[in-house]
Amino acid sequence: MTATSCLGVGLHAMQSAISAQRTGLSRCEFETAQLPTYVGEVAGVDSERLSPALGFYDCRNHRLAQLGLAQDEFMSAVATARLRYGPRRVGLFLATSTSGILESEIAYRRRDPATGLLPENLQYAGSHNFYSLAAFVRELLDLQGPAAVVSTACSSSAKVFGMAQRLIALGIVDAAVVGGVDSLCLTTLYGFHSLQLTSSRPCRPFDAQRDGISIGEAAAFVLLERTESAARGTASLLGVGESSDAYHLSSPHPEGLGARLAMQAALAAAQVPASAVDYVNLHGTGTRSNDSAESKAVAALFAASVPCSSTKGATGHTLGAAGALEVVICAMALDGGALPGGLHCDNLDPACTLNYLRANQSAAARVALSNSFGFGGTNCSVLIGRQS
Amino acid sequence: MSGIAAVALESLGLLGPGLGGWPQARALLRGEASYTRQPTLIPAPTTLPAAERRRTGRVVHLALAAGLEAIAGSDTDLTSLTTVFASSGADSQNCHEILQTLASADRQLSPTRFHNSVHNVTGGYWSIATHDLAPYTVVCAYDGSFAAGMLESLSLVTTSASDVLLVAYDVDYPAPLREKRPIGDAFAVAMLLRSNAGPRTLGTLTANYSDVPVDTLPSAELEALRLSTPAARALPLLEYVATARAGSRALEYQREGSLLVEYLPCR
Repeated sequence: MTATSCLGVGLHAMQSAISAQRTGLSRCEFETAQLPTYVGEVAGVDSERLSPALGFYDCRNHRLAQLGLAQDEFMSAVATARLRYGPRRVGLFLATSTSGILESEIAYRRRDPATGLLPENLQYAGSHNFYSLAAFVRELLDLQGPAAVVSTACSSSAKVFGMAQRLIALGIVDAAVVGGVDSLCLTTLYGFHSLQLTSSRPCRPFDAQRDGISIGEAAAFVLLERTESAARGTASLLGVGESSDAYHLSSPHPEGLGARLAMQAALAAAQVPASAVDYVNLHGTGTRSNDSAESKAVAALFAASVPCSSTKGATGHTLGAAGALEVVICAMALDGGALPGGLHCDNLDPACTLNYLRANQSAAARVALSNSFGFGGTNCSVLIGRQS
Repeated sequence: MSGIAAVALESLGLLGPGLGGWPQARALLRGEASYTRQPTLIPAPTTLPAAERRRTGRVVHLALAAGLEAIAGSDTDLTSLTTVFASSGADSQNCHEILQTLASADRQLSPTRFHNSVHNVTGGYWSIATHDLAPYTVVCAYDGSFAAGMLESLSLVTTSASDVLLVAYDVDYPAPLREKRPIGDAFAVAMLLRSNAGPRTLGTLTANYSDVPVDTLPSAELEALRLSTPAARALPLLEYVATARAGSRALEYQREGSLLVEYLPCR
């Protein structure tokens, strides 16, 4: 696995930042955006260069994807799987909500004044289309198996774990690369601002005064194989649970109905009781409505003592990459023996009855649950575990 | 490794240029009717509350109409029906409007425009319209999006033994994106898939990833329709369903591989 976010490039940098309880959020100076908000911008994305052969795919989203894939010997792990199973037997199931839409945003400023046409260099299939992420990564990793992009807003890269798990179980593929890549763009910055969902400060999940999200960007990838094929001591995917709120397109169900159903479904899929869960990585965006609804949903299922936290105060809300990024954070917590505390929660919301960690806590955790919920009332919970 | 078990196809819905429902498309695919290409007519979704109906665009109305046709008369429980949406683009008109606003002096977006920009706008409104608490997903594989949705749907039915509604749809882009991504008129196909065959089952489906070249259609106008929009890449399979013909159909999926779908009609 590997992850790159505003906390740093690769797992080591992320672990250092989490250990130091350091945030990666900074005042928004992205592109031409003029908004009073903070963002989780990854340093060095602009200077990343795609090889000329892959120039068709050049955009911020794919530069970030390439930067992320180059860390933690991830590409060599994929190469090993490709040799072992064959390039047609390794699936690729990725997620994005932004794709490389920034390229189209810029292209619309450069339309031909006479004809209205977009500039020649805009490659719709290379950057704009959601699938362009998988098309690019497929070439970079030299894979030839089944591939798709899931785009369900902020639950996208949690859902790909379930997709891969099913196709591996059915023998359609022997292994799969899953993950999510989302990058900063004007659509999400101005869009969340229009909904009054961006905070003017670094986001404060579960704080009584929280007032919105900080948008982040990230690339996170995981190589999934059958348990019997994996190296001993590797974290396992235990179960994925999903649901829909059927309530509102951009507001969660106020009682967290869908969130509870997704967590229940993940536990049922894994055949693991709620009492076995040692840590919950909350969706915890820092909006009034999400944290309130999620708090109720978690409290309805788990003992009040179960440690919970949102890591979005450190990484920002990385939208379509959040699911995969936070599964990786959970796996690191299981491996490293420490649970990450949630940043910027100075005064825990009194309505929150959870054991919300505000500082890192040592723990020999074996089972962790990661929540990802999104616009469109889509909910996905991923349960992972480490064998003793 | 069991592979994908035979999944029962119960019913379909279809909207396209000159095609106002599955019965009309079936007659065309059976050679019983000639094809008159006309603009796709998309009915307003009566299942959506009036406020939501006003806030939604053609792509949502298209996907809902095809999905509702497929489930009409079925005894599947709509409030727990897993759904899979497959599309190359999302709401193309909405995307264009956002890009235009962001390129203007005043970048203030409408909140409704923004939340309608997500690829899963169809799944979100479907779940609201049908009070469906079951999961939905939205997949994209460019021109192979139908195959990606089909593989996802069949794997869901096989592993969860639950019913799945697959809805594949695409609408055309307005200029100037139209020049970058030419898509034909709106097209959607929906299939209700069930783990157990019943009296309404039309046939069974299985699928696997293959290196068989993509099947084309003998009729020039149907082949043109197949190529005009990603959702219409389903047509070679629909031809076998319409004519109750057993056999394998290779559908466009990846550059190096197709999705080989085997169809066995029951009646």
